[in-house]
Amino acid sequence: MLVKVTINGEKHEADVEPRLLLVHLIRETLRLTGTHIGCDTSHCGACTVLLDGRPVKSCTMFAVQAHGRDIMTVEGLEQDGKLHPLQEGFMAEHGLQCGYCTPGMLMTGVSFLKKNPKPSEDDIRRAISGNLCRCTGYVNIVKAIQHAAAAIQGGA
Amino acid sequence: MIPGTFEYHSPSSVAEATALLARLGDDAKVLSGGQSLIPLMKLRLAAPKHLVDINGLPGLAYVREDDGTLRIGGLTREVDLEESEIVRSRYPLLFDTCKVIADPIVRNLATVGGNLAHGDPANDHPATMLALGAEVVATGTRGERTIPIGSFFTGPFSTALKPDEIVVEIRVPAPRPRSGGAYVKLERKVGDFATAAVAVQITLDAGGACEQVGIGLTNVGSVPIKAAKAEAALKGKRPDDATIKQVAQLAAEAAQPSEDLRGSVEYKKDLVRVLTGRALRRAIERAQKGG
Repeated sequence: MLVKVTINGEKHEADVEPRLLLVHLIRETLRLTGTHIGCDTSHCGACTVLLDGRPVKSCTMFAVQAHGRDIMTVEGLEQDGKLHPLQEGFMAEHGLQCGYCTPGMLMTGVSFLKKNPKPSEDDIRRAISGNLCRCTGYVNIVKAIQHAAAAIQGGA
Repeated sequence: MIPGTFEYHSPSSVAEATALLARLGDDAKVLSGGQSLIPLMKLRLAAPKHLVDINGLPGLAYVREDDGTLRIGGLTREVDLEESEIVRSRYPLLFDTCKVIADPIVRNLATVGGNLAHGDPANDHPATMLALGAEVVATGTRGERTIPIGSFFTGPFSTALKPDEIVVEIRVPAPRPRSGGAYVKLERKVGDFATAAVAVQITLDAGGACEQVGIGLTNVGSVPIKAAKAEAALKGKRPDDATIKQVAQLAAEAAQPSEDLRGSVEYKKDLVRVLTGRALRRAIERAQKGG
């Protein structure tokens, strides 16, 4: 089946089997390997991308379902060589160690901060509860998101 | 993990969808949010030959209250229920429930209709809808019918839906004055199914006695359980400590859990007792505040 999607502002077309998962379209067909595959069972959130602005687990959706939709992956965060404030936050606060969960955390975080620009720590922890991290204990991820929230508020 | 092959259909109207389902029969599954079905297909526990994707059907995602009824479109995403002002302000049991379904990202795709139609006794909406006395509106090739929630769940992963029917709406009676509800769930981690959970909806009369009582239990049986004896024991009574204790005990006796990774039969039954007590107290407190 022919699938047409816009990813990070760029139009893509691919002829795919209906059973192809969205994450495989992104990673293997289109070679955007920033999006990771973790648990493959919709638990870990490493494959999180934005579908029309909302974070979804791209391992639990078929590529054909994304036909005509707008997708953003971690590669879309950096603009004109400038990192997104959330990426800066993860760097500044050491929000990652192995980095495997990071693309998913970033996509969830970007959408969350748009919805809730001045979050409490509890809000942040709830928002990222569908993204698992096995390194940081989440402490520095929470700090990274707080860092980004402050930067965005400050007009960075 | 790659699911088996299937043919994909994306109808653009309810009539087209039901006609497809009627033609394909048992070979087809309805794809709604997909957050239960796709994992099952990846694990090859489900291998439908045809998927009928209903996500393109217009007009099935809404939350509104009219004529004393809350109407939830079958394709409403859990996140939209959670963010609905009317649910937040007037339906505390529903609000409690949609906040603890799976995780926030799954809730962006998962649908209310799918949560019910999947017929999984571990899902959260079934117990809540049992406590609320909801109705499921299904449309098939022969038209629309309304199924009371009490006769909707017919077995593990089985519902009263016919192969050509899809859930188009869920109707919940609007709360009367002095109503309150609560959903209390114990889960090992966010995203896991409940070890057990209890849904309570009550309405108090002017004298403070329980006029209407609904109690539903999650994941402690082969189907979602309505704790009818516990409900009857509370009806007409003032919810004092002794009564709450007795009702909680009766709810525990209604549970028919099986032992698994989440605990033993004895543990889960006792958990239902404790969670019922907590849910009752929270529901009563909310009812006393006016819901």
